[in-house]
Amino acid sequence: MTASSLWVYLSADPLFWLTLTVVVWLVSDRIALAFGRHPVVNPVLIAIVLVGAVLRLTGTPYKAYFEGAQFVHFLLGPATVALGVPLWRNRAVVRREIVPMVGALVVGSVVAIVSAIGIASAFSASRAVVVSLAPKSVTAPVAMAISESLGGLPALTAALVITTGIIGAVVVTPTMNALGIRDWAARGFAVGLASHGLGTARAFMVHPIAGVFAGIAMGLNAIVTAILVPVIVGLLP
Amino acid sequence: MIAGFAILLVLQLAGEVTARGLGLPVPGPVLGMAFLVVGLAIWARMGGSDPVAAEAPLGRVADGLLGSLAILFVPAGVGVVQYLDLIAAQGAAIVVTLVVSTVVTMLATVATFRLIKRAMGRGGEEETP
Repeated sequence: MTASSLWVYLSADPLFWLTLTVVVWLVSDRIALAFGRHPVVNPVLIAIVLVGAVLRLTGTPYKAYFEGAQFVHFLLGPATVALGVPLWRNRAVVRREIVPMVGALVVGSVVAIVSAIGIASAFSASRAVVVSLAPKSVTAPVAMAISESLGGLPALTAALVITTGIIGAVVVTPTMNALGIRDWAARGFAVGLASHGLGTARAFMVHPIAGVFAGIAMGLNAIVTAILVPVIVGLLP
Repeated sequence: MIAGFAILLVLQLAGEVTARGLGLPVPGPVLGMAFLVVGLAIWARMGGSDPVAAEAPLGRVADGLLGSLAILFVPAGVGVVQYLDLIAAQGAAIVVTLVVSTVVTMLATVATFRLIKRAMGRGGEEETP
């Protein structure tokens, strides 16, 4: 078997892409560990860049890659349900923070939507782009549904959501440290609200309580944003 | 292990069915998370053994999944690569909007959270145990 016919076989096999995803993740995580889990050295970003580079270099369509990678992607659903476990374990802490959470949820959700619309409008972005940006802080399936129902571009929204998640995961630790905020509940809630699951994944790496509050913020903000975006976009000229 | 995974899948499915059936704007897994908490509350009230203990099936699966949460975003993240041209076409406007809006949102959220705590006379509680 020649190298090229072997490649033809491998690149069509979902097992190859699944294996690549897992192995590249291990390498990326090692790199992040070698940098002492410095926030800027985000393992998700490294893995995305490495796998993305392989796809580009080999001219592999994303669809072929996803045939294999979907098995990892699928676990996002059960993992989201599983967020209920640390929430329940820490219910005493969560109960104490209900009032600050509700206030931060309303303010954060409005700021996320209005700031995205405002800044994009200042750059005179098209209406479709503004609508695609509005739900960028919430988990992808909800953001795509909101975007589509208001005339945005769901595919663009998905890309913007993931990018927002990476930005949040990278900037949260330096920002909060610079402000001297040591309240893990507040830090986690902020990153989960602003950058959904990717922010939540980062929060769990930093502190278990931050992870719990990030998960709660992600869930609640999905609901509030789904209600608020149509209202706020309706106010646009 | 499988028993814990089955609980998560059943609740996710229940969440998806409820969200679809009632036309709710909430993702099925998020509803499933809410169902799990409600279920655990009912279970605790009935005085059952602790199902979320680290060595219980549900506790083990949840710890395993959440300990590996980050890798689960890689396949969707790689999907962004195919839209790089789309993002690039919009130029700097999009990147600036995302960075500024994300940081401002985080600051507004954390500030509100802390101010309310301070107003409640709990400003000194910095580190939650």
